[in-house]
Amino acid sequence: MAKSEVKLLGAWPSPYVMRAQIALNLKAVEYEFLEETFGSKSQLLLQSNPVYKKIPVLIHADKPICESLVIVQYIDDVWTSGPSILPSDPYDRAIHRFWAAYVDEKFFPTMRGIAAAQGEEARKALVEQVGEGLALLEEAFDKCSKGKAFFGGDRIGFLDIAFGCFLGWLRATEKMNGVKLLDEAKTPGLVKWADRFCADGAVKGVMPETEKLMEFAKVLMAKMRGAPPK
Amino acid sequence: MAEEVVLLDFWASVFGMRVRIALAEKGIKYESKEEDLRNKSDLLLKMNPVHKKVPVLIHNGKPVCESLIIVQYIDEVWNDSSPLLPSDPYQRAHARFWADFVDQKVYDASRRVWRTKGEEQEAAKKDFFESLKTLVRELGDKPYFGGETFGFVDIALITFYSWFYVYETYGKFSIEAECPEIIAWAKRCMQKESVANTLPDQKKVYDLLW
Repeated sequence: MAKSEVKLLGAWPSPYVMRAQIALNLKAVEYEFLEETFGSKSQLLLQSNPVYKKIPVLIHADKPICESLVIVQYIDDVWTSGPSILPSDPYDRAIHRFWAAYVDEKFFPTMRGIAAAQGEEARKALVEQVGEGLALLEEAFDKCSKGKAFFGGDRIGFLDIAFGCFLGWLRATEKMNGVKLLDEAKTPGLVKWADRFCADGAVKGVMPETEKLMEFAKVLMAKMRGAPPK
Repeated sequence: MAEEVVLLDFWASVFGMRVRIALAEKGIKYESKEEDLRNKSDLLLKMNPVHKKVPVLIHNGKPVCESLIIVQYIDEVWNDSSPLLPSDPYQRAHARFWADFVDQKVYDASRRVWRTKGEEQEAAKKDFFESLKTLVRELGDKPYFGGETFGFVDIALITFYSWFYVYETYGKFSIEAECPEIIAWAKRCMQKESVANTLPDQKKVYDLLW
């Protein structure tokens, strides 16, 4: 399929965009990456995702698909000659989907809140909550991996992608706020998994460097502070 | 092997109703256990330790949580009849997107409509109708969101119909007046046995809150 048949609208700092990129990489699908300029939305984005106006958007043969986890499942459904992203067993699929939803609804919002926390007490409370979440995910990792390298087993799977995409921001959060989130003493399985995930061929080229994310976060916060009151 | 299917539920939960409709569509026999949400059973706490919420489907002893995940699970296991999701990958992505939209937009706004007052409530009403109107545009001329057949998105949304009297009474509006197409679609869905036998009476739901 011609490269232009598959387009991905995205931005390098976005963990959600990274999910789509990892999935495409796993399937060895050639695609055109269209970087959205921070602070403005392209016509193509507004046309392709009129409901949310957000990235990522996958455009396959001119048809748009939105919402990162929907995109990953679509990629898995279409490119069936590549390795499977979702497990084959329906129960395992449900477990992967459950934890992916948990990461989106509970884990990431809490982690993201650390930077904006008002005061040390508030920050400590959020760090603790993130720790609790990681403990749950460590347990899930034990159960899903069954002793293998990834949540998906021998290869990266749906939950690896759904959770792993946040590792860049997790490390940036640790550095910027002087906190330790992923702790070898508490979640040894996840610490080793994180290194393996980031080193994987499908992930390496698209996981942004922690330093770059920290720079970006500074720009973001400055913009938010400088923004006129609503 | 004898299939053992148990559903932990609460009769007025829009999420639990989704699972009941899916089970009914597939003709699956199951045991229903009604939860008292102010006094959750040990079984519920054991089967859904993370969220401690209903619905939980327990299939041969193993729990599945989160209503839309459960519905997809049901569709994938009992895959010999009445498909709930389309087979075409693009249509499936479309269905997943819109079911997720119901969770992201309709649920949140509907809660705020009956739980808030004043300015907050006005904002909630605006969001609620915006989300319904977006769905109406998506529905278009089709009888169901699934096209010719009742499907995943219909299941995701129709359960809220049982709470319409609550929203209308607390919000002081008429959904039929604002969004007649949604009412027409809902009545069409209510003609299906799986839906009519599952959704509680709107007044009964209202009395629960009173």
